[in-house]
Amino acid sequence: MQSLQTVARPEINLRVGSEGQSQDQSLDIETDSSVRLVQVQGVTKAFGVGPTALKALDNVSLTIRTNEFFTLLGPSGCGKTTLLRLLAGFEHPTEGAILLDNKHVVNDPPNKRPVNTVFQSYALFPHMSVEQNVAFGLERLGQRGPEVAERVAAMLKLVRLEALAKRRPSQLSGGQQQRVALARALAPQPRLLLLDEPLSALDLKLRRGMQVELKRIQRETGITFVLVTHDQEEALSMSDRIAVMDHGRVLQLGRPSDIYERPNCRFVADFIGEANVLPGSLFGFKAPYVAIRPERVLLSMKQDPENSGLPGHVVEVVYLGATTSCTVALQGGPLVKVERSDLPTGLVPDRPVICRFPHDALLPLES
Amino acid sequence: MAAQPRFRDRALLLAGPALLTIVIFMVLPMAIALVYSFMTASPYGGVEKPYTAGAYVRFVYDRDLDDSLVFDTTYLQIFARSLILAALTSLGCLLIGLPMAWYVATRRPVQRQILVLLVTIPFWTNLLIRTYCWVLLLRDQGLVNNVLLWLGLTKAPITFLYSDGAVLLGLIYSSLPFMVLPIYGALEKMDPRLVEAAYDLYADRWAIMRKLVWPLAKPGVAAGNLLVFVPALGAFLQPDILGGGKKLMIGSLIQQQFTTGRNWAFGAALSMILMAFVLGAMMWSAWRRAAIAVPV
Repeated sequence: MQSLQTVARPEINLRVGSEGQSQDQSLDIETDSSVRLVQVQGVTKAFGVGPTALKALDNVSLTIRTNEFFTLLGPSGCGKTTLLRLLAGFEHPTEGAILLDNKHVVNDPPNKRPVNTVFQSYALFPHMSVEQNVAFGLERLGQRGPEVAERVAAMLKLVRLEALAKRRPSQLSGGQQQRVALARALAPQPRLLLLDEPLSALDLKLRRGMQVELKRIQRETGITFVLVTHDQEEALSMSDRIAVMDHGRVLQLGRPSDIYERPNCRFVADFIGEANVLPGSLFGFKAPYVAIRPERVLLSMKQDPENSGLPGHVVEVVYLGATTSCTVALQGGPLVKVERSDLPTGLVPDRPVICRFPHDALLPLES
Repeated sequence: MAAQPRFRDRALLLAGPALLTIVIFMVLPMAIALVYSFMTASPYGGVEKPYTAGAYVRFVYDRDLDDSLVFDTTYLQIFARSLILAALTSLGCLLIGLPMAWYVATRRPVQRQILVLLVTIPFWTNLLIRTYCWVLLLRDQGLVNNVLLWLGLTKAPITFLYSDGAVLLGLIYSSLPFMVLPIYGALEKMDPRLVEAAYDLYADRWAIMRKLVWPLAKPGVAAGNLLVFVPALGAFLQPDILGGGKKLMIGSLIQQQFTTGRNWAFGAALSMILMAFVLGAMMWSAWRRAAIAVPV
């Protein structure tokens, strides 16, 4: 576990070097086995047996790289938490293999895996002080005395809770408990840190702050984080890579910008940010559907010389401060949402308008 | 300013029924027992004047033929035996009750309700009848001996009854629910994620029990110990029926003084000594808990 820092270093360079194209990243994984921290291979998890069995995960395969901030994103019931519990060792896959550092870990119980978890409800030990909570994992690993005290102090400093070391969890606020849970899970220097919707119990402002904190802590410790969330904004702002999941499958895996700018299916386009999904035939695409972000649609009162726009009429206008949102019904029925700061004035319901769709903003969807 | 005394009057009025209940059912009987313990026993039962501390003297001294007092440990021995049996009862209940409570607390909610119901079922039948059932089970021609003979584990029936072991068994049996329920109450509140968190942080089963379950069960264990130890100390049914009344326990001794012994004064004095002892033990444990709670 001590060699963690040194292993992590060259990988940072690799990642920085391949920042430009996502293709290079997958190449690393193919060729350089030292970069592969976790390999999930054809994992299926069914709860129950027979025809009534519920498939929480359906033949999922993915690779998590060393020192990355990886996010499992999806609506509730998509299987993301099940995958996290499989990585922690709380569940056993029905089929498939999980490798950690190129070793099979499926049969290792949670206390034998160098993997720690930050639980959604924090699960702090109520009868122990903050210090004792953080020291728990270290002591179970057989560490004693000043070694433990030093590490606990360092962890509390990392999460900025030095002053509260002697308190009980019940004397802390939700945000502080969250930090203790994080320090406790980080203290034993796991190879992999799992975070199960860690921010969902915090209010919006605190959540924003913790997002920045989590990212900083991940950078400072060089530990690989796997975050489970249903909040797409959280996923986009924090992750190096995101796996979008639904119905027990990984639909798309890639960097936040890939997923936002090049969604591969209707579900991803819809789930990540807002998207207008229109029939592909409208724009001469072979793909059945085409998505366009509300901020990329152009709206004007008059037809332009090339006649490239589609006519419609305004249904609703909502002023949002920085932007204005306008819903337009195109001729033939489909609704299009436009959200921009530079909409023409004088938009009122039933007013005829022209919507234009820049070709480079159209995202063809395969399904 | 005028509102305050009125408020106090009303508070007193509201607390009145509770105070009255305590006075009638607790303070008054205790006071009567205390007064009786300082009176002289009447040969026909009951007590009469003059007031004397003779009953307390009798606890540690025997009056010799020439009217001189000789130190006598008979009653002290009974007291000590009762203490040891009550302590062993507590220990036995804890050893059986803790795993039981843990098992019940870790089941699914529906199963839990059924199991708690099963734990309380013995209360539906009279304790005397349940204790007699143990006689039927344990006697020489009883079920246990018959099974042992049939299995060939023993050639002749083993005498289980009328021993300290049988008394202990009876006491543990009847006290067990009082240990299981408070511990279950403490463990049931525990978030199952805590066990997962400990497991995730490299704790094995033993460490989870020692570092997590035991500390969280402790308040329940303390309550259970009190509920088991105190009644066991004063128990007379099990020593009489399962012990055959051969070796007296403090409870039986007190009971005898009011019935066959016709020495109410001595019975009341024994009750007072027992109560003083129990109160002392409770205060000591409360003081110790407070002392532990401060430095941590």
